[in-house]
This record gives sequence, structure tokens and C-alpha cells, in this order.
Amino acid sequence: MAAKKSTKKSNTSAEELLGFYREMLLIRRFEEKAGQLYGMGLIGGFCHLYIGQEAVVVGLEATTEEGDKRITSYRDHGHMLACGMDPDGVMAELTGRAGGYSGGKGGSMHMFSKEKNFYGGHGIVGAQVPLGTGLAFADKYKGNGRVSFAYFGDGASNQGQVYEAFNMAALWELPVIFVIENNQYAMGTAQKRSTSTPDIYTRGQAFGIPGEPVDGMDVLAVKAAGQKAVAHARAGKGPYILEIKTYRYRGHSMSDPAKYRTREEVQRMREERDAIEHVRTLLLTGKHATEDDLKAIDKDIKATVNKAADFAKASPEPALEELWTDIYAEPATA
Amino acid sequence: MAIEILMPALSPTMEEGTLAKWLVKEGDTVASGDILAEIETDKATMEFEAVDEGSIGKIVIAEGTEGVKVNAVIAILVEEGEAVPDGTSEKAPQGAAEAPPATPQVSTAPASPPQPNATPDWPEGTPMKAQTVREALRDAMAEEMRADEDVYLMGEEVAEYQGAYKISQGMLDEFGPKRVIDTPITEHGFTGIAVGSAYAGLKPIVEFMTFNFAVQALDQIINSAAKTLYMSGGQMGAPMVFRGANGAAARVGAQHSQCYAAWFMQVPGLKVAMPYCASDAKGLLKTAIRDPNPVIFLENEILYGRNFDVPDVDDYTVPFGKARIWRTGTDVTIVSFGIGMQYALEAADKLAEDGISAEVLDLRTLRPMDTGAIIRSVMKTNRCVTVEEGWPQGSVGSYITSVIMQEAFDYLDAPVINCTGKDVPMPYAANLEKLALVTTDEVIAAVKQVTYR
Ligand SMILES: Cc1ncc(C[n+]2csc(CCOP(=O)(O)OP(=O)(O)O)c2C)c(N)n1
Ligand SMILES: [Mg+2]
Repeated sequence: MAAKKSTKKSNTSAEELLGFYREMLLIRRFEEKAGQLYGMGLIGGFCHLYIGQEAVVVGLEATTEEGDKRITSYRDHGHMLACGMDPDGVMAELTGRAGGYSGGKGGSMHMFSKEKNFYGGHGIVGAQVPLGTGLAFADKYKGNGRVSFAYFGDGASNQGQVYEAFNMAALWELPVIFVIENNQYAMGTAQKRSTSTPDIYTRGQAFGIPGEPVDGMDVLAVKAAGQKAVAHARAGKGPYILEIKTYRYRGHSMSDPAKYRTREEVQRMREERDAIEHVRTLLLTGKHATEDDLKAIDKDIKATVNKAADFAKASPEPALEELWTDIYAEPATA
Repeated sequence: MAIEILMPALSPTMEEGTLAKWLVKEGDTVASGDILAEIETDKATMEFEAVDEGSIGKIVIAEGTEGVKVNAVIAILVEEGEAVPDGTSEKAPQGAAEAPPATPQVSTAPASPPQPNATPDWPEGTPMKAQTVREALRDAMAEEMRADEDVYLMGEEVAEYQGAYKISQGMLDEFGPKRVIDTPITEHGFTGIAVGSAYAGLKPIVEFMTFNFAVQALDQIINSAAKTLYMSGGQMGAPMVFRGANGAAARVGAQHSQCYAAWFMQVPGLKVAMPYCASDAKGLLKTAIRDPNPVIFLENEILYGRNFDVPDVDDYTVPFGKARIWRTGTDVTIVSFGIGMQYALEAADKLAEDGISAEVLDLRTLRPMDTGAIIRSVMKTNRCVTVEEGWPQGSVGSYITSVIMQEAFDYLDAPVINCTGKDVPMPYAANLEKLALVTTDEVIAAVKQVTYR
């Protein structure tokens, strides 16, 4: 992993570390449960799990303020949980039920929360990059001091519209943070088979956008880089690129046999670089928590996730009339 | 507590599979993430991972078994030292209850024709002024921008150059560079940015220099703007207008001469307006800007400079989904929109000289489409000709024809004829270009054919 490791541990507190542990574990357990429900046929279609990448979104969410916005791809469950969306509503959307965030009409890849400023959940690789730049455009237009995070993958970073967005974001000094979640694969294509140069963060140079690589398995490193990027954008200096080197443990989606990489490669990342284990070790060695404290958290999260699964199974399917709703918004009557 | 391990569904379509190989045996301890087995689906061999931890109490389905149904119990996981409970059996799949079949909606001829909204666009005695379509469009944008701070205009050459077709003349001066924004030549990108800003509450007007270039942005228009309200369960959408010149101009060849009306009209979530005259250009554009949905607004370069009367009132709007009857008649209904109206109206004038009375309808918006007005007119005239500049296959006219077939078949005295542009890319040569476009003579010939004259 080329990225720098954070050595400073003063960047955090026991309380924050415990919070990170809890949030990352929630994402992991939620995703495991989603995988299980998929296996049972309760979740259909495409379902892209975030397992392995938890530190990226948890570290960055720690740098946000009320009103900041975020947008991402179809690999979105973790982002939704990290920005405070209700696990029940997310899981129920995965099962296509009325209690889901989109009333069952969006599914795993298309979910939104206006309340939490989560702008989706987009199934077209790369589309969220100009869209996220547009969120920042709106913030600058309104002069409200907010910033937007546009998350996308190493594969998406080869889409032309990404560079169209880079150009305009820099030209108009928009407060957007481009977060490349480089998990090293786009479906079955390893980064080196698709990308002419290894460091994607340097691709902003042509537009005058600063960028840096970040160790995405270290939540504190992610947070530190995020703080820098947010400070830059909030100060009106324009966009910033973070290329966060991370890894997904599971297949691209549930139906990916993952024959393009070795089992050993995955195992090595899991055993040596796991982001949750990392925080767990920091907590225990720093004597910020005992094994029993962490067990209690584990138990608590299991209960949250089980509750979400129960809700997602019990919530009714959408009423048949819903087929015909939400196609058009009603114009305000003059 | 014992946990049943079930045969997983490993693809969107899998119903059963082969348990190819067990990678664990009874008594083994497993942790979350360990591979338990290899399972063959119709597409691939997949590794199946443990979710819970424990030890394998019992392997229920032996390796090599084919046709194992999804959700069948394949093994039992127990806690360290726990015994395997008996009586575990195959479970019925736990999928969601099947929805009752929806009653198919077959539309039949209405008992009474739908009542079209026939109120005039402006009351008798309204003061009028002559304006070009170009000026009407500019006034519409400027009025709406004065009324709502969240409305802004973005596009190539809209600001300093005053618009490639001078539609935004004077707007930079009045509203400044914050609200009248020159973009780089990057349709996909700036359209995405505009859609994102609409998600966040702004009301962009995106000008495409011509709609030929909007095709680069089709993904953002359809996938990001039109579908988001639905996909978000009504939480957020894209209140915005995409506007610009559409259709053939003159002698600009295949890549710059295409009518996209039928393309956009197909998309639920979009509204589509295509005005012919200046008063509709103004009234419809004001309505489009206020509409909380993405609106495709198709203009025409040839019409930009044309003069029409426009009501000289404070706030002139035209509702969507209301056709305008330009001419009443009894022998045939001619339905058109946009520049097609020019041919429709010219044809109607000439037909009158031959004693054929044509009723001419201008749809003005294609989605929503005032099919009620078409049906009502056809019930009276029993004949219909449609006129448009776009290509014939999958045309607006073919859709109108299908609606008439379903709702007024018994009233027809002749097949509906669609007058369209020819089924060819637009040629450059002057004589061939003329041949490729729909003409007034063709409309007249079609009317004579359906009236058997
Ligand atoms: C425009 C487009 N092309 C192709 C696809 C199919 N597709 C879905 S995800 C994916 C790979 C994307 O990889 P990456 O950007 O690295 O994101 P990751 O899945 O690793 O999070 C592809 C090719 C798509 N959804 N959209
Ligand atoms: Mg990737």
C-alpha cells in the first residue's frame, strides 16, 4: 500500500475511537446480514457489499458538519449508515418493502435521504461525480458554507464525465471533495489493467486540483486527510481529491465468483490490514476499552442489525397503487 | 443456539444449484468469512462464506448433490459443545409473498369523449404585441429569474456571447455571471452538475446549443433527472428545464438536423414541450421553469426569428397538456406541434380553397399529451393526419395513431396517415434536404387520401 500511514494518534480521543469502532462494526454486520438475506432470496437483483471499506466513509463522516452533502455509487449501504440513516429503513429498501427509504421503489442501488443530505445511491458508474459537483454548485450559489462529498470507484475514475466535473469544479472553485474509493478492482478488472497510471489522485493536477493518497484501512488517516480536504473546500479554495486505498473483501456484487484474485490476497488484507481490527487493537492497547466493553458493543450492534432485518422482513410490500406514484411532482397551484 | 445454514441464492436468477464441494467437515470451528463450500450455479462456481461463528454440527446435504433448492438447509451450525437438534427439515423459500396479479388495464373506446379544456389562452380584449419567438423566450426566462432567485441559466455561450442563437440577449447584464453562466463545451458534465444542483433545490435552465449535443448528456437527463423522484420514493427530484434548438435548421447536414421529440416523449418522469408560436414559447417556458419536474423544451432555429402576437400582460403562462385549436373544421383533423404546425396551417389554407375543411390542432406539449382533444376532434371529423419533422419509425404520429385506434376506432372513416420527415439522415445538398423534410404538399396529399378526394 503506497499511501502514508498516520502515526499521530493525538488526532483522536477514546470516545471517538469507540465511536469509529461502533460505526464500522455496524456497517460490517449490516452488510453480512444483507448478504445473508440475499442468500435467502429476500433481497433481489444486484447487491454490492461494502465489507472491507468501512474506514473510508466512517473516517470522512467524522469531518462533516450539519448540512454537508454526500453522494455515491450503488455500493452505498455503508454511506447511508455512516451519515445516520436508519438501518431499518435501509434494510427494508433492500428487501423492496414499503418501510424502505424509497418505499421499496429504489432498491439497494438507488436510495436517498433528503433529511440526512444523502443524494443517492446511483447505478450509472461515474454519474454521481458531476451530480455531486452540482450539489457543491448549489451550496456555492446559496453561499451557505457547506461542502459536498462525491464518492466514486477506481473504475469510475476512467469515465470522461469525471474529468468534465473536475474541470468545472476547479474553474468555478466549487466546495466538493472527490473521494476515490480505490478498492483496486472494478468488477473483475484490476486497476492496473484499466488505468494508465497507478496514482489516480494525480489526475487532478491537470486541472489544478490538489490530491493525495490515503491509507483507507486506517480510519484515523482517513479522518486526518478528510479534515485537510474539508478545510480547503470550506475555505473557498475549491475542490480536493482524496484517493483512498482500500479493499473490498466480498465479490463485486453478490453474484461475483471473484476468480480474478486469489483467496490468499483477500485473506492477507483481512488478517493484516483490517480496519476494524486496527481500531480494536488501538482501543485495547491504549486501555480505552476492555474486551468486555467491546463485547457489549458487538452485542448491541447485533441487536440493531437483527432488528433491521426483522423490520425489513415484516414491512409489507408497497401497495400496488405505488406503481403509479412519484413519477411527477405536483406543480404548486398558482 | 443452533443455526441452520441455508442454500444461498448467489445470483439474481438462481433457484437451485449444485453443492459441489464442502470445505469444512463436521466438528470444524468456523468464523465469519471462512469459506464453507463451493456452490455451482448455472453461471459460475461460487465460494460460500460463513456469516455466523460456531462449529459445524451436521452436514445435511452431501457434496456432489445437484438441484439443491435455494433456502434448503444444507448444514447446522452449533455453539462449541452444543448438540445438533433434530427435526430440521427443508424450508419453504422465505421470499416475499407474491403480489396478486394486477388487473390488466385494457383501454376501450370511451362512452363519452373526454372533454378537452377549451378555454381560450387569453380573454377577449387582451392587449397584444408582436414579438419574435426569440424575444418571447428571453422574456420568459428573464421574468422567471426576476421572480425566483433559485432560477439560473447555464450553457455554452449563454452569457458573454449573448447566446449562440441570441436567446439570452441582455441576460448577463441584468442577472450577472452568478446566474447566467457560460460553461465549457462539456454537455455530459454540465448537465450532471445542473441536475445535482436541482437535487439541492436550485432550478436550473440548461441551454443546449442544439439538442443534437444533448445526446451526450442523455444519461444524466434520463437516468439522473427523470428517474430520481421515483427512485427516491418522492423525496427529491430535478426541478429544471433543458432547452435549445431542436430539429432541422437549414443546410447543416445529418449531425445537426434531427428532431428528438419522439425520443424524449417516451420517458416517464420527463415533460416535453414543443411550441410553435411566440405566445406559446413564452407561456410554456414560464410554466416549464415553474414546474417541479424536469422539462424538455424543444425550440426551432427557423422559428426563432418569426413574429407572432403575444399577450401584453404581466404574467402570461400556458398550461401543459392543453392542445390549441388553431382552426376548426369538419372534414379532417390535422395534428401537429412545433415547426410541423407551419405545414399543417399552410395545408389547411390551401385545402379550404378546394372546399376541404380541416381542423388543426397544435399539441404544444407532447408529455403530457392532450389526447382528449385529438379524440374529440376525430370523433367529429372521422379522419386524421399527423405532421412532424422527425423520422417515421416510432414517431409521435405513430403513437397518436395507436391512441386513436384504441379510443376512437369506430369513428374512423379512413386510416390515419403520419406525415413525417423521410427515413434518412439529413442530406446536405439543397435539393435532397428539401426532399427529406416533410412538406405542405405532402400534408395536402395525405388529407386528400383520407378524405377520398
Ligand atoms: C456507465 C456504466 N457502465 C457499466 C456499468 C456496470 N458496472 C457496474 S459497477 C462496475 C464496476 C465499477 O467499479 P468501481 O468504479 O471501481 O467501483 P466499485 O464497484 O469497486 O465500488 C461496472 C462496470 C454501470 N453500472 N454503469
Ligand atoms: Mg473499485
